[in-house]
Amino acid sequence: MSVPPMSDQELHELAGKLAALGEVRGTPARDPVNEPMIRHWLDAMGDTNPAYLEKGVAPPAMAQVWTMPGARGPANERSPVNDLMGALDASGYPGVVATNCEQTYHRYVRIGERLTPATRLTDLAGPKRTALGVGYFATWQVTWYDEADEPVAGMLFRVLKFRPAAREQASQERAAYPLQPAINQDTAYFWEGVQQGELRIQTCADCGLHRHPPGPLCPACRSADRSYRVASGHGILYSYVVHHHPPVPGRETPFVVGVVELPEGVRIVGNVVDCPIEEVAIGMPLRVTYRRMDDRLVLPMWAPGEA
Amino acid sequence: MEIGAALPELSIDLTPTVVVSTALATMDFTPVHHDVEVARAQGSKDIFLNILTTMGLVERYVTDWAGPAAVIQGIAVKLGVPAYAGDRLRFSGTVVSRAEGRTAVEVRGRVSLGDHATATVTLTEEGTGR
Repeated sequence: MSVPPMSDQELHELAGKLAALGEVRGTPARDPVNEPMIRHWLDAMGDTNPAYLEKGVAPPAMAQVWTMPGARGPANERSPVNDLMGALDASGYPGVVATNCEQTYHRYVRIGERLTPATRLTDLAGPKRTALGVGYFATWQVTWYDEADEPVAGMLFRVLKFRPAAREQASQERAAYPLQPAINQDTAYFWEGVQQGELRIQTCADCGLHRHPPGPLCPACRSADRSYRVASGHGILYSYVVHHHPPVPGRETPFVVGVVELPEGVRIVGNVVDCPIEEVAIGMPLRVTYRRMDDRLVLPMWAPGEA
Repeated sequence: MEIGAALPELSIDLTPTVVVSTALATMDFTPVHHDVEVARAQGSKDIFLNILTTMGLVERYVTDWAGPAAVIQGIAVKLGVPAYAGDRLRFSGTVVSRAEGRTAVEVRGRVSLGDHATATVTLTEEGTGR
């Protein structure tokens, strides 16, 4: 879900609206309370209490286990809590740490029973200054119901959603590069190659023509069958501009944008780097170099090479 | 179960196996509880216990002491520092109240960084007040 940043007042208004929804039912447990999951849980916890399996009941602290979504479940089922968390993420409070988990057990549930959770947002407090950073405390109440719609367990859960204080600078250094390529089935081979230090040029699988930028059809024979080859990484500067203005997010001006002619017969656009701007010249030999822009993106660029 | 009585301490070696097996036994597949690279990329020093496991270990600690006739009525946990793989979780506890068949135990779960969990566990005996 994509939501716009909200002011403190808007966050409180949203929380008020979500709280007014009252209790919202979630998806019933995938499995009924069952002996294998209980035994697995007891083993993992090192809990040797024989009472549960002797009496056919689940350890009460397993209440939440029964309605967990599982490895392939809906990670972000729409709920008042998830809506509020999304709004806090978007408003500059991405950090999350749980502060309170208070469970109350009305009775022990028996093997064979299937539980259904229901969630009610109860409170949003903040912004407050904390050791982790400025943030909001969000509190909600989960109730688990049996098949007769009687509550069997309840849980108050509180988290602090915060703007990390100490790591603000570090997170900026590692922030995603703001200009990301559009990667799709026509272009994925190119970006996968760049990650591996390969400059891949699309080829027609029928007539062998090299083409760049990539496209779905061969302009010569109209074949849709395509492949690629790995370029030598050498090129000649065919043309270039020096970009001074306007400012470009994530870049320092001036920088050089070149059109590089490859011996493979195509031209490719890329920055010319590792070279004083006044020494950049049409016809200069270049070699490809790979620059990591953020945790995921690598861009091919061009540095002076041997003639 | 006199007021002020101390529970025997319990020390749990938080091996990666403990952290991972409890996360999965509680159906929590969040990567920070089993994938050390993801945990480190998010600023944690290692994988760490999930909250459902903290609840389960607190319950186990009290029932180990109280015996199989104990009926747990509630567990209220204040969460503190993370319990990382490679650390050791040490539980201590004290009986803080007894009234009308209900006993309240305060539990502290400490790791090397400080208090991981501070809990109040309320219990009755089977066949007594609910």
